[in-house]
Amino acid sequence: MGAFVFSGLAVDDAFRIHMGILTFILGLGTIIAIRLPQPVAGADDKSGYMDGPVRVGSILTVFWGIIGFTVGLVAALQLAWPELNFGPWFNFGRIRPLHTSAVIFAFGGTALITTSFYVVQRTTRARLFGGDLAWFVFWGYQLFIAMAATGYLLGITQSREYAEPEWYVDIWLTIVWVAYLVLFMGTLLKRKEPHIYVANWFYLAFIVTVALLHVVNNLAVPVSPFGARSYSLFSGVQDAMTQWWYGHNAVGFFLTAGFLGMMYYYLPKQAGRPVYPYRLSIIHFWALIFLYIWAGPHHLYYTALPDWAQTLGMVFSIMLWMPSWGGMINGLMTLRGAWDKMRTDPIIRMMVLAVAFYGMSTFEGPVMSIKSVNALSHYTDWTIGHVHSGALGWVGMISFGAIYFMVPRLWNRERLYSLRMVNWHFWLATLGIVVYASVMWVSGVMQGLMWREYDSQGFLVYSFAESVAALHPYYVMRAAGGLLYLAGGVVMAVNIGMTIAGRVRTEKPMPAPAQLQPAE
Amino acid sequence: MDYDNLRHFADSWGLVYLLVLFLSVVVFIFRPGAKQQAIDAAQIPLRELDEGTDQE
Repeated sequence: MGAFVFSGLAVDDAFRIHMGILTFILGLGTIIAIRLPQPVAGADDKSGYMDGPVRVGSILTVFWGIIGFTVGLVAALQLAWPELNFGPWFNFGRIRPLHTSAVIFAFGGTALITTSFYVVQRTTRARLFGGDLAWFVFWGYQLFIAMAATGYLLGITQSREYAEPEWYVDIWLTIVWVAYLVLFMGTLLKRKEPHIYVANWFYLAFIVTVALLHVVNNLAVPVSPFGARSYSLFSGVQDAMTQWWYGHNAVGFFLTAGFLGMMYYYLPKQAGRPVYPYRLSIIHFWALIFLYIWAGPHHLYYTALPDWAQTLGMVFSIMLWMPSWGGMINGLMTLRGAWDKMRTDPIIRMMVLAVAFYGMSTFEGPVMSIKSVNALSHYTDWTIGHVHSGALGWVGMISFGAIYFMVPRLWNRERLYSLRMVNWHFWLATLGIVVYASVMWVSGVMQGLMWREYDSQGFLVYSFAESVAALHPYYVMRAAGGLLYLAGGVVMAVNIGMTIAGRVRTEKPMPAPAQLQPAE
Repeated sequence: MDYDNLRHFADSWGLVYLLVLFLSVVVFIFRPGAKQQAIDAAQIPLRELDEGTDQE
């Protein structure tokens, strides 16, 4: 109702349409909520876990994954064939933030909220705190996603990397996020397990830091309470630094810490082995927390940012290699004596690949943050390749593993619909990542070399347009890699859908564990 | 306190404070008797009696 009034009072067209969309979504939500059957009194067992939001979240994670990968494919095709820009709604400039937000916040964020609800209950042996607060956090976050996505297509943006939604959407996310923090802290406080398991530490760090980053980065003054536009409180290089302090720590705490929480629960569960050595995981946690927050300036080399800040960013980025590999080693050592499961269990295979990609991209990152390497790589496709080896390889694969682990348990199914299809998903996704990353390396390095090529007279050899033309074949191949990854996602959607429907595919089982041979 | 003072405070005492904090965490983790606690803590996810869900 309020949104409807705001729509009427709007000072600009985009805000009016956006508030209209909000009215529609809220109206639809209200009708559905009214028509839901009343909960049966007494059915709410206090001792049991609250898994309703986890079930809906598992489905929505898969859904947002498909949407995000599809939009990414569209963006890749638009770069290869610019005729595919259908303005103004589907221009690359609007599709690109739609893609990044769909994969990071819709797919990744839903996966994080869902798995954190699942993990925190099972490692504290306590029901989620606050009753229906969990539903508020869950649907409130989905509303944020819907508002962000529709806003981008309408052209509403504050042009801050990974934080494009305007002030009113930011305020809503702040409310939801504080509720999420209260929910998570409340559950930890009423835990029945004396020790707080390491996965929860990572989830808590993710929630606290994202709250801090989000609020500071979005400090802005709206032009009008009835308009979409706002101006940042910061200006010039301070604004740039704030944006990349946020941007890099969105990678560090949203895409790394949160998903490490996932790894520290689902990998030991699937392998049936405890985290080893557990104390490494604690050191890994503190080292990551202490170092990550300083690495942001490496996005602003050779700019107006003071030299000391650039050097600080470089030093901390290089040091960050150590805790990152600590995490990777921790993940791999947990599998000691269980490596045969790699052959027989495609879910373990997925998780191991995720950890391997975590190791690879956290090695590549420090290398790229060295100033002289960055002089070549900055603003080129190499960066895009790096981000995708982390996002598709680490974030994507560990989330898929978690979904495959949870779904049969959440719906009390004996097993997944098909393990063979998990294997198909694994190979499609792996092939997609490898194609994507290697193509972007070649095109990125080529791009960087073409930009800095001088002739004997000191003139630049190539015009910018020539470097763009040279990239065309790589952009086509990149789209092919993305298509493979999307195909893997579709295979997963079918598999998960069939599992929820209670079907079991008759298929040849995966190869049985190898028989131990006596030593010669 | 102007910007310059703040910056010098941050890269001297601020840095020392964070470093000492981190090193004390590491020392605490390796204190005598922590090993068994860590082994117990690692078992938390595997000790679930019922895998179960809220059973709708």
